[in-house]
Amino acid sequence: MASAIELRGVTKRFLTPSGGVYTALHDLDLAVEPGEFCAVVGPTGCGKSTTLALISGLEPASEGEVEVFGKPVRGIASGIGYVFQSDAVFPWKTVLENVAAGPRYHGSSTRDARAAAREWIARVGLAGFADRYPYQLSGGMRKRVALAQSLINGPQILLMDEPFSALDVQTRSLMENELLSLWSSTSASVVFVTHDLEEAISMSDRVFVITAAPGTVKSNYRVDLPRPRNVAEIRFQPRFTEIYEEIWNDLRDEVLVSYERQKRSGAA
Amino acid sequence: MNVRSAAARLRAPVSAPVEPKARAGIDLTSTRARDVRRRRLAVLGLQLLVAVVWLGSWEVTTRLGWVDKFFFAQPSEIALKLWTWFTQGTELGPLWDQVLTTMEETVGGFIVGSLFGVVFGVALGRIRLLADVLSPYIKAANAIPRVVVGALFAISLGLDIKSKIATAAILVFFVVFFNAFQGVREVDRNLIANARILGAGNRRLTTEVILPSALSWITASLHTSFGLALVGAVVGELFGATSGVGELIYSAKNNFDADGVFAGMALLAAIALVAEALITALETRLVRWRPQVNTEARI
Repeated sequence: MASAIELRGVTKRFLTPSGGVYTALHDLDLAVEPGEFCAVVGPTGCGKSTTLALISGLEPASEGEVEVFGKPVRGIASGIGYVFQSDAVFPWKTVLENVAAGPRYHGSSTRDARAAAREWIARVGLAGFADRYPYQLSGGMRKRVALAQSLINGPQILLMDEPFSALDVQTRSLMENELLSLWSSTSASVVFVTHDLEEAISMSDRVFVITAAPGTVKSNYRVDLPRPRNVAEIRFQPRFTEIYEEIWNDLRDEVLVSYERQKRSGAA
Repeated sequence: MNVRSAAARLRAPVSAPVEPKARAGIDLTSTRARDVRRRRLAVLGLQLLVAVVWLGSWEVTTRLGWVDKFFFAQPSEIALKLWTWFTQGTELGPLWDQVLTTMEETVGGFIVGSLFGVVFGVALGRIRLLADVLSPYIKAANAIPRVVVGALFAISLGLDIKSKIATAAILVFFVVFFNAFQGVREVDRNLIANARILGAGNRRLTTEVILPSALSWITASLHTSFGLALVGAVVGELFGATSGVGELIYSAKNNFDADGVFAGMALLAAIALVAEALITALETRLVRWRPQVNTEARI
């Protein structure tokens, strides 16, 4: 069976403002099976977000191939959802209009789009907030809006870029559980970028460790913890600790490399 | 812990002695409301005091002859002038007609200038090549003191309302244009990416992301630009007109009537204040999605 997402020998270079070339990703291979929940962890600035930009088609790869369901990615394809790290809900639209945006852009009538949006708003627990503007919501509620906004399009692939990093710890584990239960009712493959190894393990089937920049996949681990999971409690299982230690041994070196580099460039 | 939850906790074992505490909470809010009211009254009182001291000293010094009222006018004379204009009309006709003319020119210029400013600002902000090609010309045009084009319009468009609208519009255009342009350039990249992922095409991107985002920049410029529209209208009238508040001031100046000049200025100030209130109302409507900011402190 074809992988949902496949990156083969992908390199991504950016031009820096000073005219130099910065290699964010180098010869990266990564495959995600249909319906799989994958986490991508790595030190800051290792190109985790770039990986998502390549899969979504927001950025083209400099070298190598990016395929989604066996087809090469050329520009933004439909069937992809993307939840951004910072708030990307439209501040001038109400919750209802924000969630209804996707179907409307895909040609639904305003009425159908709104009906579908109301359903999704209820599903993410925001019924009664449909007419609010984003500034009137808490950070966690805005994330729910972003989730509903992405999921309403019925994506086959859901890309998430540290979506919960700005939330407080309690809201965060609530949202993680909610994401898992929403995801379990779909068949979407998820690529979940995070710098938090605990979050990565507790949510995913597979964890990719990316090296310090230029990023490439250092190793990947299967997480054989049973589902359905409760992210707040799964951390206490002995198996969780085992997996954590295993992956952390890998990740630690990369984090140290990245840290040393930052210190040096800070001193220079 | 707030007062109410303290009261609730205490109420469980014994209910009677808690009452005063609950009342203390109400007292607190009413005290606060009283403080706010008192402050507002104090500000109003001080504002009146400033007016009294300013106008009073002006009146007294001109009456005593320390300041020549021929050159600097006199508050009571100005008020009298306004009253005469109001009741008996001006030398150009009824006062209301003059105010209306200037209002029409100002609002007309404001609307034309804003529309062109928004359209060009968004177009140049969206189309890189256009911006690169036109930017030296726009910068050059912006460097010219633009009121002088009023003279050109007086020749080419005649002495009626068109030349005044054009003068006002050209002043408004540049302010709105630069704000719209900047607004488009400053749109959050994430929002654009999000809209594109959600399936928005280029047209939707412009109307649903870029325009609303630029709108907060544009509305911020409307306050300044309405003032400039008024300047444009009045300057246009000075270059030649048959009615309007600017023309009123011009003819007063020709008669060495300082009171008339000041009376005209007072009218312009009144127009500007009314317009300012209207624009603030428009702004709150346009950017309803933004948290309400306290605009009272703005000058």
